[in-house]
This record gives sequence, structure tokens and C-alpha cells, in this order.
Amino acid sequence: MTAQSSDVPFEHLLRELTPQVLGIVVRRFHDFAAAEDAVQEASIAAAIQWPRDGIPENPRSWLTQVAFRKMADHIRSESARRRRETEVAGETRASEPAFDASPQEDDTLVLLFMCCHPALTPASAIALTLRAVGGLTTAEIAYAFLVPEATMAQRISRAKQSIKESGIPFQLPTSQERGQRLGSVLHVLYLIFNEGYTTSAGPRLRRADLSREAIRLARIVHTLQPNDTEVAGLLALMLLTDARRRARTGANDELIPLAQQDRGLWDREQITEGVALLSAALRKASVGPYQLQAAIAAVHDEAARAQDTDWPQILALYELLKRMSDNPMVTLNHAIAAAMVHGARKGLDLLDDLRGDPRLANHHRLDAVRAHLLEMAGESLAAAKHYRAAAGKTGNLPERNYLLMQAARLTTLTDSGY
Amino acid sequence: MKYILMMNGTQANFDSYAKWSKQDIEANVAFMRNFRQELHDSGVFVDTKELAWPQEAKFVRSGADGEPITDGVFPESKEFLAGYWIVDVGSAEQAYKIAARVSAAPGPGGKPANMPIEVRQVLGSHGDLGL
Repeated sequence: MTAQSSDVPFEHLLRELTPQVLGIVVRRFHDFAAAEDAVQEASIAAAIQWPRDGIPENPRSWLTQVAFRKMADHIRSESARRRRETEVAGETRASEPAFDASPQEDDTLVLLFMCCHPALTPASAIALTLRAVGGLTTAEIAYAFLVPEATMAQRISRAKQSIKESGIPFQLPTSQERGQRLGSVLHVLYLIFNEGYTTSAGPRLRRADLSREAIRLARIVHTLQPNDTEVAGLLALMLLTDARRRARTGANDELIPLAQQDRGLWDREQITEGVALLSAALRKASVGPYQLQAAIAAVHDEAARAQDTDWPQILALYELLKRMSDNPMVTLNHAIAAAMVHGARKGLDLLDDLRGDPRLANHHRLDAVRAHLLEMAGESLAAAKHYRAAAGKTGNLPERNYLLMQAARLTTLTDSGY
Repeated sequence: MKYILMMNGTQANFDSYAKWSKQDIEANVAFMRNFRQELHDSGVFVDTKELAWPQEAKFVRSGADGEPITDGVFPESKEFLAGYWIVDVGSAEQAYKIAARVSAAPGPGGKPANMPIEVRQVLGSHGDLGL
């Protein structure tokens, strides 16, 4: 499968069917790790055969049959290798005639809960989710994360090993755990989105695909859990953020901050969809952090010009968000909003609350925000100093270039007598 | 996040390594082979390279006509890159742990050589949403 083929219709179909077929195979053979490999092999076989021979009449049952055969091969070689008597469970199940090979509505959700289980590291959960639920190949995932294919394969197999060792069952979590477990699923989707929401460098197209993939998966979860307002909130947040993609970077991949973006490049259709989703969610009972973040994104997206931004509303939303989560990034953004409403001094005072927070000790964003607020306060030299400090700490090349330019702009102005 | 782990040494370090005993060299080579395997097995491996020794190293600058001007006589204290590993990990602390592990590669007599490993983040294109 080549990197260019992702727009071919059969591949969309293939990826849509992946979690459905995997659900069927897992329910039949009760071995998630092996089933996941079998479905991946079946998908690769389909990717070779379908473009050549045409899409079969019933593509799901085609994939299921191939995956079942792979499973049977696997069981045979396993039992031969272990020199055991016939793998009782597998062989007898394989000959059960009455097995229901139709997809179950909850399968995709069960798979998501499994792949995003808190026992896995985020890196493992991301890789496994993209393969088992997203239907991406190991090579595609490796390419998106810029690591060798063997490394990604290893991450996936370690993730499956963890699932096996933790004895995570293939079923929906109990109602007591459900909230927390859904939180883990949403967090993994958010991380995938964030990974793809790249500023530049490297294979841009592929990484953009990760954001689209995160949106596609969030859509699936929203379809399965239409009444969960945080699911809707996350999907809205992704749509409202992703809508600005084309305006976010310049011709040479340089970073363009929100206030300077060409808003004509924003994707209006996506904004409309995000706002509608969010409004519907907000009308229901509980308000969570994803909905609040989406609401903030919506306020930005709805301002025709940067100077029309409703900062008091953004400030109010950040205040709610701050009460809900102990996240220093929220405090930073809250300080910016406070500065926009009450003046730079107020924002700088709020930043002092973060002094000594170990989570921000070496984080460039504290310096970057301080620089921005100092600049607003007219303290150009101090601002330049903090822009440079931030540039020294960031792990992101376009961001470093941007921060250095800000510092250079301020010091050039100072030198020429401004 | 990707980090590069660089092992540096002076000409004297390279010279002394060349005079290690057979067992010491074997132990060191085996350690490095295992270390690489560990990086693979834990799903963090990105890349590794070993460099030719610095005897033939040259500093090259562009002359007025764009032709290379080479400089190859270095002070004893100058450090040269011997090799590097690039790992993809979740935090700087994890990269430091891996670096400490390779710093403990066996030296003469099988004792840890404790070579200093320079750890630097590799710049990515990963935007920070700041949320």
C-alpha cells in the first residue's frame, strides 16, 4: 500500500470495515493479539487484490473469511510449535457451524476501550488504536510518526502483550468504570489529533492525515455515543481547530499566529459543523473540559477579524475550565485572555501563580506567554529576552524560528529609536 | 519526542580503546549489540550510526572562491563524535535513563567506562496546541 493511495475509495471501505471484522474475529477466537494480526494480513491481502480483481460483492465477509483462514493457520502453527495436542479451543470453535459472523454494533467501541486502556502507555495506545480501529498499516503509522517500521511493529506487539497480561476482557467496561475509560479513549484521540496538527517540516500531508484520522475516529465514537456531550465536545474541538489549518502556516512553513491569520482561508463548513455539534451538546446537561475548549475555539472562529474577538467571553470560559482542570496550560491561556480584557499587567500577575510549577519548569510556553504579555505592556527589551529564552526551550523548529523573529523584531525597533 | 544520544571522545580516548584487551573489546562490542537490541525491543529505536575514527577528520571551510579549505590538526582536548543513537520516547527523563545505560558500557577490566553521553532533543515539527 503506498502513501499516495489513501484517497482510493476501496481503502476508505477497507478501513471502515477493519474494526467490524476484527470484532467478529475476536469474538470467535477469543485471542485479540492474534486476531488483530490476522485482520491486518487480511487487509493487506485486500489492498493487493481488490484494485486488481474488483471489490468483492460482500467485502466484509471476504475479509472475515480471509482473517478466519489466517487464524486457523496461526492456531495450527502454534499448536505444532508447542507440540501440544490439538488446540482445543480454537479448532472446535473453528468448526462451530452456528457462529454469528455478523458485526455487532458495540464491537468498535469495545475495541476502542481496549486499545486505549489506561494500562497502556500513550505511545502504545496511539499505535494500537490507529492499527486495530483505524485500519492503518504499521508502515503508514511508522511513517506518520517518523520512526522505523520495525519500531512501530514492536510498539504494537508490546501493546498487545500488555493487554494480554492485564487480562483486559473483550467487553464493554462496567457502568462504574465507563466514564473514566471513555475519558482515556478521548484522550488518545486527542493526542492523535494533536500529533497531526503539525506546523511544518517532514511529510506534511501524512501528518495532516493523522488529524483527519482522529476526526474520523471521533465521529465514529460520536455516532456510537450520541448522548455523550464530551464526545461531541471533542469532535467539535477538533473540527473547530482543524478548520484553521490552511491559515496556520505560510508558504515557507512559517508559523502564523491566530491574530495574523487570513481568516478567509478558514474552513467555514467545518466551523459551521463544529458550532452546531457544540451548541447541541451545550443544550444538554453536563459541561466538560472538551466542550469548554471547543467553545473557546468557536469564539475565535466566529470573529470576522482578530480585533472582533469576544475576549470577555473567552476569559469567562477559561475561568470555568480552570475550575475544572488543574492544567498549567489552561492557566497560561487564561492569563492571555485576562490580559486581553483587563490589560497586560493583570495577565503578568496571573503568570506569577505559575512560578515554581514543576510541570512548566523547562517549558517554553511560560516564557513565550510572558514575552507576549511584556510586549503588550510596552516592555520590549524584557519581552525580547523571554522570546529568546522560549526559543532555547522549544522542541519545535518553526516555533523556534517564530520566537527568534519576535525577539529580533523587538530589538530592531528598540535600536532604531522606537 | 526524539532525542539524540551522542558519545564523544578525545583522540586519546580513541587511542586507548584501540589498545584494550581482546576480552574487553569483545565485552564492549557485545554490550553495544545488546543495547541496540534493547532499544528495538522497547519500541524506542529510531536510528544509530558509528563514525570512522577521527584520524582522518577534517574541518572544512569555504574559501574565497568557494573551494574547500581543510584543517586537520586538532588539539588533544578536542572531542569527536564516536557514534550516536536516536530514540523516540515520552520524556527527557526516559532519554537520560537510556543514556545512563549506555554510559555504563564496560571498559577495561569489565568495569563501566562511564563515558559521558551528550543528550539533545531533536527538533520536531510537532505543534503545541497549548490546550
